[in-house]
Amino acid sequence: MKAALRMIADLLAGDSGADRVVPPTGFTATLTTFTAGAMAFLAVFAMALSFATGRLADRWSSELARSSTVRISAPAAELEAQTLAAQEVLRLTPGVARSRVLGDEEQRLLLEPWFGPDLPIDTLPIPRLIEVVEEGEGYDAEGLRLRLAAEAPGAVLDDHTRWRKPLVRAANRLRTLGWVSITLIAISTAAMITLAARAALAANGQVIRVSRLVGARDVYIARAFVRRFTLRALIGGIIGTALGMIAIAFLPAAAEEGAFLTGLGFQGWNWLWPLILPPLGAIVSFWATRSAALRVLKEVQ
Amino acid sequence: MIELDNVAYSYGGGDLLSDISLRLQPGSFHFLTGPSGAGKSTFLKLCYMELKATSGLVQVFGKDVRDLKRDDIAMARRRIGVVHQDCKFLDHLSVVENIALPLTVAGRDLSSEMDNLTSLIDWVGLKRQQDQRPPELSGGERQRAALARAVIMGPDVILADEPTGNVDWEMSQRLLSLLIELNKMGKSVVMATHDLNLIRAAKSQVSARVLRIANRKLQLAGADL
Repeated sequence: MKAALRMIADLLAGDSGADRVVPPTGFTATLTTFTAGAMAFLAVFAMALSFATGRLADRWSSELARSSTVRISAPAAELEAQTLAAQEVLRLTPGVARSRVLGDEEQRLLLEPWFGPDLPIDTLPIPRLIEVVEEGEGYDAEGLRLRLAAEAPGAVLDDHTRWRKPLVRAANRLRTLGWVSITLIAISTAAMITLAARAALAANGQVIRVSRLVGARDVYIARAFVRRFTLRALIGGIIGTALGMIAIAFLPAAAEEGAFLTGLGFQGWNWLWPLILPPLGAIVSFWATRSAALRVLKEVQ
Repeated sequence: MIELDNVAYSYGGGDLLSDISLRLQPGSFHFLTGPSGAGKSTFLKLCYMELKATSGLVQVFGKDVRDLKRDDIAMARRRIGVVHQDCKFLDHLSVVENIALPLTVAGRDLSSEMDNLTSLIDWVGLKRQQDQRPPELSGGERQRAALARAVIMGPDVILADEPTGNVDWEMSQRLLSLLIELNKMGKSVVMATHDLNLIRAAKSQVSARVLRIANRKLQLAGADL
């Protein structure tokens, strides 16, 4: 046990020489780890948002795009005749693959979330719904409306595009915003690490000057700083990502009825995506620290 | 080894040094003297490349300093031991770690250099103090530690900038005799000092040349000391 612990400690210590040369930073090191963790946590949510809205947009545009509804409101006596007439019109319309009258049970299920399960559907003047599935280029909505008005005056065509398009647009925009957020988080991490590294470099001016005077190469001095900040960002990233993923996993599941909102989380292999965040943070801080260190070193002869 | 040809150094206002020419031969011993502020430290900084000459040619180990990259400078410095007036230690490291710092930053394996390190610490008489931190040492002990650090890599040249500036006469002589010993081992030594008594004391032990910086120029001061 002790040997194993020692091995891990040695691994983390890396080149103990270079690490001893730069004195330990103590409290500020914790701040770097904390910030890297917070950034990773936020990135997990931005990522979840992007995936969820992406799924939403795909779903709305694919499922809803291919179907529309004809609603027939007519006095009970005429309802059956008008339904038949509307179906006939639909059958003859190019671009309509098939149409289907929704049964009483289906209509009851559709209304259940709003009216409760015990709805006496036959006592209500509920309009008849015909589901229309498109094919190819789809149908000419204006022409169909006119023909329906002539054949079945109580029929109203609802092709969903009216509310679908803005929804898909909004979902796509949200997805883009999610990725923009992730990019911003990455850049902020780089900026934060750069600031922290510059502070550490400034605080260790004497170490840098003396090391240089006794023959240290730039990479040697830079490495001591780079290793520390990369490690801190990695550890912070792992903790932040883990917490973020746990938080997402324990989000209350959206109920079946609200499923069109889709689960706000990761699904299936998408759960693997957040795992790139810790190494990504480490890479970002590696480059941020390295360039900050080499820039500072340039000023030391 | 280190060669300066018509070198000038100026900062902001005007020339601090001009027309400096000197060729440092292997095994030579030079004293560098002159009033304070005359440019002794600047001259040494030109030699170990902390400053770049504003004009003229500086060659270190046969290479024009202007052509050296930063890594080349680092490599060259491993062959030049420098003792600074203010020592320049890392206060969070022990004395022995400070002395071994050039080995550490060169990536040498410390365990294989242990004998070398131990005998060097014996030689400068800091065995008892080796685990202390630099601020706990006296002025003379600090200078001896700095000297040990300067020679740990086995340099060809040792540049000492007023190493006796803050120590008493007895310690000055001790430091001087350490430098003379190194010179007898074949290393070139340049020691900046304004202590003429020390130079006189050295005359009997080593054939040293005395350089004097005055009026921005480097002159060879004869036997008139």
